[in-house]
Amino acid sequence: MSRAGPGRPAAGRSGRSGTATDRLQRLLALVPYVVSREVVGLAETAAAFGVSEGELVDDLNMLWCVELRSPDPYCPIDLSYEGGEIMVSQAESMDRPLRLGTDEASALLIGLRMLAELPGPQDQPALRRTIAKLEAAAGEAAAASAQVAVHMDGRAPADVQAQVADAMRQGRRLHLSYYVPGRDEATERDVDPMRVLLLEGRSYLEAWCRSAEAVRLFRLDRVLGLTVLDVAAQVPKEAEHVDVDSGTLFRPSPGDVRVELELARAGHWVADYYPCEQVTDLGDGRLRVVLRTPDTRWVRRLALRLGEDGKVTAPAGLVREIEEEAAAALAQYA
Amino acid sequence: MSKQKTERLLGLVVCLLSARRYLTASQIRDAVPGYPDTFDAFKRMFERDKDELRELGIPLETGVNPGADEEVGYRISRQAYELPEIRLEPDEAAVLGLAARVWRQAELAGAAAGALLKLRAAGIDAEETTQPGIEPRLQTEEAAFAPLWQAVRDRRPVAFGYQAAGRTTPQRRNLEPWGVVNRHGRWYVAGFDRDKAQERVFRLSRIDGPVTFTGPPGSVTVPAGTDARNLVQAWDNEPPAVRTAVLRIRQGTGYGLRRRATSDRPADDGWDLVEAPFSEAGWYADYLASFGADVVVIEPVDLREAVLRRLKGVLT
Repeated sequence: MSRAGPGRPAAGRSGRSGTATDRLQRLLALVPYVVSREVVGLAETAAAFGVSEGELVDDLNMLWCVELRSPDPYCPIDLSYEGGEIMVSQAESMDRPLRLGTDEASALLIGLRMLAELPGPQDQPALRRTIAKLEAAAGEAAAASAQVAVHMDGRAPADVQAQVADAMRQGRRLHLSYYVPGRDEATERDVDPMRVLLLEGRSYLEAWCRSAEAVRLFRLDRVLGLTVLDVAAQVPKEAEHVDVDSGTLFRPSPGDVRVELELARAGHWVADYYPCEQVTDLGDGRLRVVLRTPDTRWVRRLALRLGEDGKVTAPAGLVREIEEEAAAALAQYA
Repeated sequence: MSKQKTERLLGLVVCLLSARRYLTASQIRDAVPGYPDTFDAFKRMFERDKDELRELGIPLETGVNPGADEEVGYRISRQAYELPEIRLEPDEAAVLGLAARVWRQAELAGAAAGALLKLRAAGIDAEETTQPGIEPRLQTEEAAFAPLWQAVRDRRPVAFGYQAAGRTTPQRRNLEPWGVVNRHGRWYVAGFDRDKAQERVFRLSRIDGPVTFTGPPGSVTVPAGTDARNLVQAWDNEPPAVRTAVLRIRQGTGYGLRRRATSDRPADDGWDLVEAPFSEAGWYADYLASFGADVVVIEPVDLREAVLRRLKGVLT
């Protein structure tokens, strides 16, 4: 239910798993890998294939031992790895890698086209050339990738993206005017940019926020205005990158407030939309969800929007705040 | 056991790749070590091996040598097997590595890694690189992604349960899928809904239970000129704004509302009068209610009533 599940291990990564066909794929790639480089070190090759040197030596021995018995017995592959340097002196018809499969070509092409959607980065020409070359090399396997498209959020103004990229290239500090919808506030702050993250179809600036003295993510479409300052960015050593593969960007921390909501059927979307720690089916179409947040102001706004479709049931102080706000709002209409 | 199998499959590939003509099953048995002696046991193992090679994408061809015996033979055409020549400049190899990184933790991670392995084998130094300053990711947490990708890839029709917004029970849908689209971080499938006889778009997170294939590969025809991306965009876009709301907004608040306002001027003490376009009263009333006592709806009446209902709902 919650999006905050543990990161799933990448399925079937070539070269690491143990089935006979996985190993066969590695063996078929190994010969052309060496041939195309003429001479290559054992350690470097083991690293490229994600295996230990011992496993690599086993692979090389297996290739060297391939024997065809008929019509006349012969060994089609001859290689050596003396002194830690691999050389292939005879490779029969195995000196080129196998073609890309449909999934393989698609994975790279979809990724490249997604990157090409981003406004502004200096990589555009390289992306276009790479896409063309890969399409040509993949041939028919490239066709299916056209059935998948990734549409990045175009709402972040191109000049914001370009200015952020500029500041990063020059290593400069930025002044941001930033909209925080959870508090309905325009905030002003200076930040030292670290990275741009593309996640869930949106662009974020990861930066050291000098007001919060912490790493913060800023959605670029919520930047109301920005200035590149004439000051060098200084990201402190203790600043840690956000772990984008942990499954949830906005990790709860121990100091967070535990909020409980009860949702009627029309409010079930809340359980999908926010990372919930716990979702309990209360029967009769009602759900109880538990979430943690450092700032309850957005929960108050959520509760006002939900009306009877969802009620905050804990903590009691927040329940009271929400009721007071609703009463005050109603009084304006009296 | 697994080692013997790898050795046998490797021998089989090398044998068929270097063959200049089709080799019959018995010629293959004689040439490749590791097959059992009895012909039936050999046949069974050989059949399985052929399937495994085809699953890896190795193009195993069958045919009869011209002017020779009638028996069907096998070979691997080098031209069909080999990755064509591809050379990448360093900046191209770098963006390729970045593109592979997009799939970390997502469905096609294994395929992306397999592709990089083959490109490295072709002499390209393509590592899954970090590039300073940018970290792109695609997520595929919806269980329906894998079967729907296979369905669009192989052009197969599918059936699934779908929980449409506002319905209490999932409904069975039969779809000829045309494309899978990620828009603003959510996955959608667009295609031809066989029951409604219409183009339809479905959100993957609302698919309930397994997706099943209801026809063989190649049995879906995507109409020429179809752009799944446009279909999803058209479906997802807000309908054009048709009405204007007149709002009182407390000064210094309501930034989100003011960003879309067509007029914003000071009214009386501490309040502004703001006009803003909206299209769907229900959704807009939710949004307005979230501002609590900082926003008062003057008109239209139905919007005002809808906001009052939300606020009263909080207190019931």
